[in-house]
This record gives sequence, structure tokens and C-alpha cells, in this order.
Amino acid sequence: MAKKLTVKDLIEKEDLLLKGHRMCAGCIPATAIRLALKAVRGPTIVTNATGCLEVATTILPYTSWAIPWIHSAFENAASTAAGIEAAIRALKKRGSLKYEHVDIIAIGGDGGTYDIGFQALSGALERGHDMLYILYDNEAYMNTGIQRSGGTPLCAWTTTSPVGTVIPGKPEWKKPIAHIVAEHRIPYVATASPAYPADLANKIRKGLEAEGPAFVHIICPCPRGWRFPPNEGIKIARLAVQTCVFPLWEAELKDGFMEYKLSPPSLAIAKKPKLKKPVEEYLMPQGRFSHLFKPERREDLIKRIQEGIDAEWKWLLKKTGLA
Amino acid sequence: MSVKQKVLGLTGDEAIAYAIKQVDPDVVAAYPITPQTIIVERFSEYVHNGEVHTEFVSVESEHSALSACVGASATGARAFTATASQGLALMWEILYIAASMRLPIVMAIVNRALSAPINIHCDHSDTMGARDSGWIQIYCENSQEAYDTTIQAWRIAEHPKVQLPVMVNIDGFVLSHTLENVSTLPDEEVKKFIGERKFPEVLNHEGRIVPLILDPENPLTMGAFAMYTHYFEYKRQQVEAMENAKEVIKEVGEEYAKISGRKYGLVHSYKLEDAEIALVGLGSTMGTAKIAADNLRKEGVKAGLLRIRVFRPFPKEEIIKNLENVKAIGVLDRCVSFGGFGSPLFNEVRCIFYDENVKPLISNYIYGLGGRDMPVAQIIDVFKDLKKTAEKGRVEEPVKFVGVRE
Repeated sequence: MAKKLTVKDLIEKEDLLLKGHRMCAGCIPATAIRLALKAVRGPTIVTNATGCLEVATTILPYTSWAIPWIHSAFENAASTAAGIEAAIRALKKRGSLKYEHVDIIAIGGDGGTYDIGFQALSGALERGHDMLYILYDNEAYMNTGIQRSGGTPLCAWTTTSPVGTVIPGKPEWKKPIAHIVAEHRIPYVATASPAYPADLANKIRKGLEAEGPAFVHIICPCPRGWRFPPNEGIKIARLAVQTCVFPLWEAELKDGFMEYKLSPPSLAIAKKPKLKKPVEEYLMPQGRFSHLFKPERREDLIKRIQEGIDAEWKWLLKKTGLA
Repeated sequence: MSVKQKVLGLTGDEAIAYAIKQVDPDVVAAYPITPQTIIVERFSEYVHNGEVHTEFVSVESEHSALSACVGASATGARAFTATASQGLALMWEILYIAASMRLPIVMAIVNRALSAPINIHCDHSDTMGARDSGWIQIYCENSQEAYDTTIQAWRIAEHPKVQLPVMVNIDGFVLSHTLENVSTLPDEEVKKFIGERKFPEVLNHEGRIVPLILDPENPLTMGAFAMYTHYFEYKRQQVEAMENAKEVIKEVGEEYAKISGRKYGLVHSYKLEDAEIALVGLGSTMGTAKIAADNLRKEGVKAGLLRIRVFRPFPKEEIIKNLENVKAIGVLDRCVSFGGFGSPLFNEVRCIFYDENVKPLISNYIYGLGGRDMPVAQIIDVFKDLKKTAEKGRVEEPVKFVGVRE
């Protein structure tokens, strides 16, 4: 990779996701994808799974996409991208492609990636298509009205994991999707947070530069679904990293195996563990976790979440050779 | 004057694979399923032996097979897939998307029954379930027609007035696994006939006229979200394209006849000129029915038949024209519509005569589900049953089941 992208570069780079779309006020997925597209390096085609981003950016007769974009269905962003990539290879082989290279980006939400689109994603990774898959993870089916997904964290309220008198929110942990993807042994996997825009953009660029499948998992707080004011999304996206709820890392294929590396914000915590904030600082500002704090503090549940996060962090430190 | 052709011994599956080899599409994305598997096996051999330029995507499901075809076709590639039965059922969601995005994909279907119980044999329930998905549906009688139709399909699908995907149907095992002599055109004739894919031009969001394709220089948004303000017009245009396909299928058939000497239209009639009783149906059974009609004619029974080659678009005018002078018609359906009044082909054939002054007596014979054989003797029984209807002058039992233990 040549020169790293800086925040100044990002500001100067033209937008490819244009203003005027109908995403909610304070929508972090919109911010994250806008940022991600600033790392585009040349001719690019985007395919988008059904979801908030797809619906709210393409309401006919308008579009917010300044690059070629296609939506087919919910579960097939990866297989649609596979077809695009195969077409580009075929056209190039026949000499009828007018570009030296075309980058292909598939974008899916957590529902379209962890759940319904997982098979298509796994198949595309196994086949080794040269594409970048961006997961914008707002941790529930927000487009249909905040239903739980495989990406929803433990205890979170959603409309299908309500806070009942017996079951306090989602009873299951979040699926470790990026690790599962990494175990497909593809050239590049990373996690990113829009609170660290240059890190995010450089990971997207690296994913595009990788030859073969790449996957970037972006944490995307959702004001509607997570129940916080629209001006707090980036703060929460930062707290996710600072509490190690969502550590930032990269994994690259080296000699047939994945080599994991922590990214600077998480590496700083690994080096100086007292920087690691308690998980309740992340949970407290979010209405979806309010039942952990009122009407009475559920120490048992907060402790369980903290222990789970600590265990995951420890495991990640081992993977990155830091523990 | 037709060109010199080479006769090859091919099964229906192999005939389709061979035609696709000659077409040499850009992308083939497919998944194995009995009895279609031989198509992808043969085609894989062509790919691995360097006989085609095609990018072969060996996907993890039929849903992904058609999804990849959607992505490829939207990028400007010629895309092909093949499936059957459960595979088609799994594709169902994307069938509508491919057709509604007006992508000229070609798909071979080897007709097979749907589970449960699981069964691998011939039945038309799979494609009948997809009859409203917006795909052109052509049902072949033999392997020769499978070969010829697989070549013609591209011209039909990509015609500027059509721009719709095409299903080429062959009967599972009856055609897919049966060796026949197939006359094949030289590669260059096939290439010349199908030509290069051309793209319709559309107005993009920047106010420029651009080709309908995913092209970084001319960005387009495809598969956007339409409210009730726009959705209905999309559907209306699809209806029109389907209607246009009737003429295009005939034109392409005539042009193909010039090089091959084999002509195909929307329907194929057999001994209907003076027929008093007639069978109407799809696929290979109509080949067997010719022998039954011939046998009956030796006994002085005026029997004939009409094979519906193209079920979508439905050739209403041709069916009426061919059958209006017949006294009694038996519609053979290899499919059942649970709770419906008879099966789909019967339904539509009977419906189109409603406004006609002379109405033949029309009854439905449901046969061959799950691959149950329909031998000549059984078809003769159906003809004889129709003869009784013609003599009585009324249909007593409109829907009957043939060859089933009651």
C-alpha cells in the first residue's frame, strides 16, 4: 500500500454517497458508508443487500449513489458480487472491458450478513472472488423495526427480544462474525469504527487492494434502534472500542494462516490495560440496555456482560500474540 | 438453404450443454441437481479443457446461482444457469428479480417433481409454480429442440423489445438422460446467429443517455426502491415485453429455420386439419401422443394434437385458431394445482374460449406426476374418453386423473 489516507484526504475526497438520502438523523451506517466510499481507488461497482441503506438511498425517482450500484435481494449481496466479479473477469478475458481493473464492493447489514446472507457470503469467500464485503453492523433488523439478529448483543432490547418479566432482552451472545469470516482464510479481514475515520478508510482501501475476498466489519450505532439521541452515535462508536466491546483489529493471510494484529486504538489498551473502560460506560447511554440500570441495577447481568467481554478480549490478545 | 450440420448422439442434458458451449457465454453459475447435473458436468469439462471462455462459478446453492447470474448480466455479461425442481423452488425469489430487472438470462430447466415425497422424475410442477414470475417459458419435445431452443433463447431474451429471461424446459430423464441423434450447427454459425449482446439505452440520474449496464463511467442505480408511485408502471412494461415476445419468438424461429432447416413456433399442431378430438399438452408426452393419434387414425378416429411450445407468453390466438373446429379437447397437465379448478394449462386453454362463439368441449387429464409413465396405450384411452365426450356433446367430469391408483 502506498501512502496512508489521512482525515484531510477524506475531507478533500468527493462523496460517492450523496446528500439528500432518507436515512435517519444521526444515522451512523450512512456516515460509515460515506466514509468507506472515500477510500475507493478507481472504477468501482457496488452491490447492496436489502436493508436501511438500500431502501433509504434509492427511493425512486431519486438515488444517492454516484457510482454504479445494484440491489437484488436480502441474502445475496455476496453472490451478486460474485456474479459481477465473474462478469468483469470474463469481459476482460475477451478484451471487451474498457478498464484495467474494476473494484467490487458488496454491502450488507447484520441481518444480511450474520443471518440470511451467511451462506452466500461463506460460499463467495470459499470461491475466492476478488471483492470487498462491508458489513455495517447496527446490531438488529432496523429496517423492519428493530428485531434481533445474530449480531444483536447479549441482553439488548429489540422488538423480538423484548425486556420481559422472565427474559431480560436477548438471551444469546453476539456471533463472532469477523472471526468466522477470518477462518475462511481470505486475504484480509478487519474491524472498524467510524469514530476512527482514517483507520476505517485505510482498512477499506486495504480491503480493495487485497487480491481475493476481503471483509471489513464496521460497528454502526443506530439512534433509533439503540435508543440514544442522534448526536451521540460517534461517541458510542468510540466507547465500543474503548470498552473492548468492539476491539479494532486486522487479520491478513500469511503462509496459509491468518495473522492477527490489533489496530492502534485497541493496541493502546493492550499495552496499557488501565485505559480499558468498564462496559457499563458503553451500556448506560443506550436505551436498549436501560433495563440493566433501572428500575434497579442488575449487577448480575452487567457482571455477566463484563465477564464475557473480558474473556473475548483475552482471547483476542492471545490471537494477536499479546497475551 | 440450411448449412451443413454434424449429427451427434446426445442426451437432452448434453444437447443443452453442447449448445451452451457453442454460445460460449461470459458467465455460467450453477449448482448440481438431478436430473440437470449432466449439463453442469459437461459444461465444466468444456471449461476445464479450455473449449470456452466462460467464467464458471460453481456456487453453493441455486439461490446464489441465479443471484450471480443477476450480477453478471447487469454487468453486461451473457449469463446462463440450469436447474430443476427444488433448485428452481429455491431460486423463486430471484426469478422475479431477474425478470423485473429485465435481465436477459437464459436458464435450462430439467423438469422434475417437487418434494414431498422427494422424487427425481419428470413433472411440470416446478416450472408451473414459476409461470407468473415474468420468465419466458419454452417446453421442448426432444433433444433436437432442446439444442435449437437453447441457441434461439439468447436472441429472444436480448431482443430490444423483449429484454426478459428465458427458461428452456426439457422433461427430466425422458429427455435429459435419453440419447438421441441431434443435428448440430457449426460453431461459427451459432456465433453468427446469436451475435453480440446489445444494451438498451436509458436516461440516467445525471440526465445522460447511457447503456443499461453497471458501468463506472456511466453510473446507474439498478434495483432501486419503488413506492406505489412507480412500481405499477414497471409491471405494466413487463406485460408489454412479454406480449412483444410472441412475435420475436416467431421471427427468431424463422431466421433459425433458414440456417438449420428446423422451424419452431409458439405451438405445434399435428393432424388437426380435420380432427374431431384433440389433445393439448407440453413437452415429450406430445411426441408419444403423435403415435397414439396415428394409431387411432388407422381405426378411423379423427384424432390430432396441439403441443404448446411456448407457455409464457401464452399463445392465445394460435391455440384458438388451431382448435376452434375441434369438438372435444383434452388438456394434459403434468402438474396439479391443489384446490384449483383443474391444472394451469387446462385453466388457460378453457378460459380463452369463453368469448368465442364456437366453444369446444374442454376437459383436463392430469397425468404423469412424479415421473409416472404415460405410454401410448394410456394416451389412446384418453383419446377414447374424449371421443365419448364428443359424442355426448357435454363434459361430464371436467377434471380427471390418468394412471393413478384411486
